[in-house]
Amino acid sequence: MIGRQRDENPAGIHLPLEPLPGHTSRGRLERVLRRGEFAVTTELNPPDSADPEDVYNRAKIFDGWVDAINAVDASGANCHMSSVGICALLTRMGYAPIMQIACRDKNRIAIQGDVLGGAAMGVANMLCLTGDGVQAGDQPGAKPVFDLDCMSLLETCRIMRDNGKFLSGRKLTTPPQLFLGAAINPFAPPIDFRPHRLGKKIAAGAQFVQSQYCFDVPMFRTYMQKVRDLGYTEKCFILVGVGPLASAKTAKWIRSNVPGIHIPDSVIKRLEGAQDQKKEGKQLCIDIINEVKEISGVSGVHVMAYRQEEYVAEIVDESGVLKGRQPWKREIRRDDQLVADRLDSILHDDITETQVDMVKTAH
Amino acid sequence: MSETIPAKDGQRVVQPVTQATLVKKAAPKSDYKPADVSPQRRVQRSFAVRLWSVRHSRLLEWFYAKFADMFLLLHPLWKGIGYGRVEGPIKFVEKRVKGFMFDCRMCGQCILSSTGMSCPMNCPKQLRNGPCGGVRANGNCEVEPDMPCVWVKAWEGSQNMVHGDRILTVQKPVDQSLRETSAWLRVTAQAAAAREAAAAAKNETANTGAPA
Repeated sequence: MIGRQRDENPAGIHLPLEPLPGHTSRGRLERVLRRGEFAVTTELNPPDSADPEDVYNRAKIFDGWVDAINAVDASGANCHMSSVGICALLTRMGYAPIMQIACRDKNRIAIQGDVLGGAAMGVANMLCLTGDGVQAGDQPGAKPVFDLDCMSLLETCRIMRDNGKFLSGRKLTTPPQLFLGAAINPFAPPIDFRPHRLGKKIAAGAQFVQSQYCFDVPMFRTYMQKVRDLGYTEKCFILVGVGPLASAKTAKWIRSNVPGIHIPDSVIKRLEGAQDQKKEGKQLCIDIINEVKEISGVSGVHVMAYRQEEYVAEIVDESGVLKGRQPWKREIRRDDQLVADRLDSILHDDITETQVDMVKTAH
Repeated sequence: MSETIPAKDGQRVVQPVTQATLVKKAAPKSDYKPADVSPQRRVQRSFAVRLWSVRHSRLLEWFYAKFADMFLLLHPLWKGIGYGRVEGPIKFVEKRVKGFMFDCRMCGQCILSSTGMSCPMNCPKQLRNGPCGGVRANGNCEVEPDMPCVWVKAWEGSQNMVHGDRILTVQKPVDQSLRETSAWLRVTAQAAAAREAAAAAKNETANTGAPA
């Protein structure tokens, strides 16, 4: 099996991996985290189109730099291609998607159906979210559902996986094999409650968490201290959310318009003082990664570069968090390549050979 | 992207422009202006009583414990009249009392004792397990910017209570079929049933002749 990558099913890249002891899923992300490697995840900007190529092209720019890709579920309550749809496309191509499930748009009947459907397509990771309120998006007249909350959603998924049952108690013939995730925001009030809330999420079934954008490292350090004291870092992998800010103006806009994102004044001052604000924003992100990766209990980073996805590779490369490791990369198999090389001429060269010519060239 | 609008006291206040604002602005003009875009918004805009209840969570916790005991003592009476028949009047009182005190939404499965006497059904996302990530820096709600976050208050309230750590238990999803029913009567009936089951179990062990 020369040329085959680690964490790949030899029978086909779209198939789930061999089950390993101590693993609840058959996905790549759980393997990377349980091996103790520093994981990198990112977010795919969902297209407003019905063209699968849009998803493939947006995923391609992360090739070889990330361990898993979040498929967002109408983030900010704006309509986009569904997370189930994006996951269906990504799993076909062998990527490891993290399917986000928001409680805003679906009730428990739809959600449990999507969990089964996603798992059947080969989605190994699911991220359980409450979701933004409908007032934040482009359809404020929509009915907010919020039948479950993130905690009961986590518990529902865990019950489906571990007990092989729906929430109603009805049995599943094949339970989904999942690596369950949740979101944390250490930067919003009530600050004292936040570490306990992580504990609640772990009790409900969270195995990994991704944090909100971290721009205030000292604040995050205090949070992590509390989390370590409570012993949660042994029960859960913590991925820190980071991302580049395009300019000081964007930073100010985000601070006043996007609830839950905390940007300290020092960050804005640093961006304002820079010659090239976009470059400084990227450098700031790299600096934050370098600081947080040293905090004990941090297992990875979640790079959210909304509309700056092309920077993800550079940020990961320049921060050196992968330490030379290359995450799984979609590549052409060697036999496919061989066939392509031999037969490429047929596709492009415009030669019509007669049988006489063919005999001549063969001699 | 922000605009300044003149405030009452003459100062200029920076008003954030959300997508909802843009959509609302693009909507056809008419004289009718509803109080707010949020469907959760109530006509009542004062949160004073609700906040008083949170501040006095310890007192209310003590009071509710006594009250629940009294209700349980009255179990034979409820049973005599019939829980079904007494439901109507009790619900009438419960809805008004709890509505005044906590802005109760009659979910029928009250968890006020676990949430610092701050009713979680007043959260626009109806979260029953803790605050979402969108709480504003001033501790107000993401969806309704002038309402203090229900869960920020719940945390404050639970800090005062004797059994404040109940806020850490993971709550089950709301059973929508119990809406608009009396939580007081349900809790009482369940407690009575549990008491009877315990008594029955004790009798059984006595009758089977446990070794002396």
